[in-house]
Amino acid sequence: MKKAKNINSNTLLLLITVVLFIALYAGGCIVYSAKGFTHLQTFLNILITNSGLICVACGLTVVMLTAGIDISVGSLVAMDCMMLAVGMRNGIGAIPMCLLVLITGVVFGLVQGSLIGYLNIQPFIVTMAGMFFGRGMTAVICTEQVSITQEINATFYKWANAKITLPFGGYTNNKGKYMAPFVRVEVLIALLVLIIIFLMLRYTRFGRALYAIGGSEQSAAMMGLNVKATKMKAYMLSSVLTSIGGICYCLNTMAGSVQQATGLEMDAISSAVIGGTLLTGGVGNVLGSFIGVLINGTISSIVKTNGKLASSWPNILTAALLFVFIVIQSLFAAMRARKNR
Amino acid sequence: MSTDSSSLWNKIKSWPLLLPVVALILVMALNILHDVAVGANPLSFFTITLNQTTSGGTILYGRIIDILNRGSEVAILALGMTLVVSSSAGTDISVGSVMSLSASFCCMLLAGFGVTSTNELRVPLIVGVLAAFAMGTLCGCFNGTLVAYFGIQPMVATLILFSAARAIGLLVCNNMIVYIRNATFGAFGAFTGPLPTPIIIAAICIAIVAVVLRKTSLGMYIQSVGINSKASRIAGLNSKRIIFLTYVICGFFAGVAGLVNSSRITSADSNNIGLYYEMDAILAVALGGNSLGGGKFNLAGSIIGAYTIQAITTTLYALGVSTDQAPVYKAIIVVIIVAIQAPPVRAFFRKRANAKAFGKEAAKA
Repeated sequence: MKKAKNINSNTLLLLITVVLFIALYAGGCIVYSAKGFTHLQTFLNILITNSGLICVACGLTVVMLTAGIDISVGSLVAMDCMMLAVGMRNGIGAIPMCLLVLITGVVFGLVQGSLIGYLNIQPFIVTMAGMFFGRGMTAVICTEQVSITQEINATFYKWANAKITLPFGGYTNNKGKYMAPFVRVEVLIALLVLIIIFLMLRYTRFGRALYAIGGSEQSAAMMGLNVKATKMKAYMLSSVLTSIGGICYCLNTMAGSVQQATGLEMDAISSAVIGGTLLTGGVGNVLGSFIGVLINGTISSIVKTNGKLASSWPNILTAALLFVFIVIQSLFAAMRARKNR
Repeated sequence: MSTDSSSLWNKIKSWPLLLPVVALILVMALNILHDVAVGANPLSFFTITLNQTTSGGTILYGRIIDILNRGSEVAILALGMTLVVSSSAGTDISVGSVMSLSASFCCMLLAGFGVTSTNELRVPLIVGVLAAFAMGTLCGCFNGTLVAYFGIQPMVATLILFSAARAIGLLVCNNMIVYIRNATFGAFGAFTGPLPTPIIIAAICIAIVAVVLRKTSLGMYIQSVGINSKASRIAGLNSKRIIFLTYVICGFFAGVAGLVNSSRITSADSNNIGLYYEMDAILAVALGGNSLGGGKFNLAGSIIGAYTIQAITTTLYALGVSTDQAPVYKAIIVVIIVAIQAPPVRAFFRKRANAKAFGKEAAKA
């Protein structure tokens, strides 16, 4: 009975997020309908630009479920992009480079995960070191900005420019040409990741173990779960998903640079928190994080469409939203505590 | 004789400042080795000379002075961070952004909104300085309210200002870098007599905190709240107010650090002031031998930790590592330091030491 109530207040939080997203988007449509905000493509563009962030947010949600945090993701994305760009410039093929990036993610996660899981060091400190390492390593690989052009790698270029048109939702532009809505490869990758992680969290032993550890580490250990190994796997998964996100990000930007993806970790964390994932662990859902990413994307899209607002507004608005959400979360927690008493 | 040395060894082993001091000594040793390797004077790390500046003044010059000078901001931030970590078992990741916001706000007041470069101040300097402090304190109040009264995890609560403060700073400065080409404003980052002013400011801040903690029971209160906030509340302490207070102090010091940093470059560069300083400050606290899980703290450790970090950075630059690449080495150092402190590793060494002692006993028998 009590449990059912807990789940209710958590789904309520998710519901608020969904309603907020719809309201924001509808507001954007009404105010900027003349600037083409109502076209399906606007929504698809949000997906395209944020595909990397979706993968990263999925990984972060997994880690946050265990009451951990991973702030190394932004630097890891930058490192991945730089690896891809420099590797391809040196004549390595697109597929081997992508595999190398994924392997790097596995190793990165393995090191971070074993430090956190087996040596019991605080996740914040370990992943902060990971963040320094990733950013520094990016500079060690190459300090200048490297673009991936068609001459450097035709396959990767083809991937990045492949348009997957949708059969519906198009519009005719003012020159009378029919514009079919399209998505890119990275969107498909991101959505696939989202579905897999959603199913994994819900139906696999590992997924349930993550929730159990986040709920109470001690009880999970007493239940016979291998807490250390599960934690390590969670950080490995996060780094691997971040690497996939890095590939998506690179497909989008087609460049590697030291200053790339700064603050991505904070975007991902705020998306997850807005999506109803608690940093105390045990509560959360990748779908919520996905909607969190969409809210972030909608805000920056609105600011971009407006064209007059300063570029720092999305940051401020997202922060304000984060503020509202965590206050609501804390009020819910207080209400629940009172009810249990 | 042997018992004496072993007790001394034990005393050293249980000395709280062991870790930061050893780290500092290692850095110095590395510097001496490097100097020997390149054939320079092996003690050039420690030499301090009096140099003439172009404007005719005499200033102290040397690597140690440079480290003390450049490390001032992190040392000031580490003061507040130590208290925050101790009381709330969390970290304030917004200090870097708050530094930027305070500096931008101060420069905006001094130059006037929308002015990007000015030679004379619009308002008296003291107004700008106080505004920077007030802005820092206000941000601290915001963080403190969320953490203490709403019970939000420190990292999430400070995440808000982490992303918002820098952005607000940009808005305040109208998205530009505000230059204040005025010697009175630059004084905080320049020299007072032969000494760099930031060193003096850091020393004053350290002295104030040390005196307050020594002369009042605030330090003990903070530690007791950090060890067990519920028990402290039952014992009659207002736990929430104490946690709130530590965040306010942390915010205030972020304002001070922001002012120093902006005065050093005589401008408000919102995008770059205080970038990654929160990481250095947290690192200083961890390096100082303080547990990030809250409770007991050691202010001296944090301060030594802050200067050690600066010494590491300066050493890396001296060794020819570029600014962008330095984080790699910093990361490796962090991992080594925290791994040494990790409970399982400690337990392993303790077990080995016990086994050794047992072996000795057995041999005697």
